[in-house]
Amino acid sequence: MPTDTLTRADERIKSESVVAKLMKRPELGAIGGVVLVTIFFMITADHTMFTLSGVMNFMTPAAQLGILGIAAALLMIGGEFDLSIGSMVAFAGMIFGVFVVNVGMPLIIAIPLTLGIAAALGATNGMVVLRTGLPSFIVTLAGLFVLRGAALVGLKLFTGGSTQLRGIREAVEGDFLAPIFSGDAFGFLMRWLAEAGIVDSFKSGVPKVPGIPVEIIWFVAFAAIATYVLLRTPIGNWIFATGGDSLAAENSGVPVRRVKISLFMLTAMAAALVAIITVIDAGSTDARRGFMKEFEAIIAAVIGGCLLTGGYGSAIGAFFGAIIFGMVTIGLTYTRFDQDWFQVFLGAMLLLAVIFNNVIRRRVTGER
Amino acid sequence: MSTPIIHMENIKKHYGNVIALNGVTFDVRAGECHCLLGDNGAGKSTFIKTMSGVHKPTEGSITFEGKALSFNSPRDAMEAGIATVFQDLAMIPLMSVTRNFFMGREPTKGRGLLKRFDIDTANEITMTEMRKMGINLRGPDQAVGTLSGGERQTVAIARAVHFGAKVLILDEPTSALGVRQTANVLATINRVRAQGVGVVFISHNVRHAMAVGDRFTVLNRGQTLGTATRGDINAAQLQDLMAGGQEMAELEGSLGGTI
Repeated sequence: MPTDTLTRADERIKSESVVAKLMKRPELGAIGGVVLVTIFFMITADHTMFTLSGVMNFMTPAAQLGILGIAAALLMIGGEFDLSIGSMVAFAGMIFGVFVVNVGMPLIIAIPLTLGIAAALGATNGMVVLRTGLPSFIVTLAGLFVLRGAALVGLKLFTGGSTQLRGIREAVEGDFLAPIFSGDAFGFLMRWLAEAGIVDSFKSGVPKVPGIPVEIIWFVAFAAIATYVLLRTPIGNWIFATGGDSLAAENSGVPVRRVKISLFMLTAMAAALVAIITVIDAGSTDARRGFMKEFEAIIAAVIGGCLLTGGYGSAIGAFFGAIIFGMVTIGLTYTRFDQDWFQVFLGAMLLLAVIFNNVIRRRVTGER
Repeated sequence: MSTPIIHMENIKKHYGNVIALNGVTFDVRAGECHCLLGDNGAGKSTFIKTMSGVHKPTEGSITFEGKALSFNSPRDAMEAGIATVFQDLAMIPLMSVTRNFFMGREPTKGRGLLKRFDIDTANEITMTEMRKMGINLRGPDQAVGTLSGGERQTVAIARAVHFGAKVLILDEPTSALGVRQTANVLATINRVRAQGVGVVFISHNVRHAMAVGDRFTVLNRGQTLGTATRGDINAAQLQDLMAGGQEMAELEGSLGGTI
């Protein structure tokens, strides 16, 4: 290169427009999707969908899926899959139920223990993947069946033959940790807003929305922390590097093995957290809990801009991906469409997202 | 010239019953470009892997800045100041130049839970370092995938130099490049050498080696055939040494002296 380029800007570099820059953000597709889906339901759905209680209605399932989706997104950026998270929800729900009902543990012991066991199983997944060099797809597919089966066997063992374990709500009632993992948060705020006439209330003065379901708080907090870690910490850089090219990352001093195992542990723990929240909420757990959630979580991550090959994606994208999900599942009940269109929508959305992501990737890397 | 930064004496490396290196002696001084030439299978890769701490030699001694040394891992060698730019470059196309530049060695600010990747400083350093090497980036967030092969090579070299390399090992940096990009990389090597870094330039292309090399060592069948200083040897002689003389002469005859 001639030395005069030191001072002279390269004439072949065109300045980029804002639009072109935006096009390179991985979460663009998901945000666009949220806008489109919102417009669709604005037109077709009953107006109650977008009242505060309607929003809470679709945000609750979105949050439950989103906690899994964000973890799945981080793992996917790190270059791996975990197909066992749905079964992990059932398994963690089972052991959590046994801990609080059969053993009678307080939440302060039962919750860390459940999360710890899930983390250990996640680490095992990661270790097997790293040790054998097999694709995580196949290793965790085994986990999908093993954990689902173990959840079923465990339930029957501890309930004396039933596939459902009841009495969880009664067991955790009055526990000082229960409000963090169940029910609604910011009830005082809602009451205050109702008194001020800002939100709708019943005639008695009780607000129609008693509070924000805790899973939504967890979901938003998790999305914020995951995005911060991914974009603004060295660990985030390591996750991108590990998924982009693990050999190159290793040669540059990135602790690839530690990153991958930690991510597997995180996804397993996210599944356990969802299990704890939903099990306390329902008051019981059964073997079908979390069924198909592994695929829905991966779809949320892909809609959020994650590449299946790793090294690219975003947590905030998965956040919006999960919201799209919640809006469509619940939103269809507000319309006159058959609810089962949901599955059709799901498949179409996935395909679109993958094609879209591929185009974005080419733009980013400048391939043509 | 000064005493060598690193001196490798009579290095031998056996893999089971295969003798990959059978007595290689090599040294690098500050501010010189020492070319290691050899045909495929001559032991170049094994040798640089020994030098960069990937392998331990079966026999032989390594002296680094006057002290006997043995590297247990590539990290040890990196910390001592031996940086290797392998052919795959350890670059990730989907990541920005900055993120690649600081991969595994991110600058941080803040403390405890607030300890974070100092992206502004990182961006600034990347832009300056790249400008020093004669590459104008569109922005520090430009993905490495959009750079040409030569530019990527330069990013990898700039990265190694920025992190304090005293010895820079370049594994066939020009083998996959076009004419113009090769010239760019050779110019980069020249710049790096001028900063006082000892460069080990591995190649099987005699012309590229002649363009920047101060000294030349030829490796053949796991052994050094001696070291020559610039001016004492010409391209044809080097080519002959690399190929082991005789067979090359025959080949050259049949090809009409075109290689």
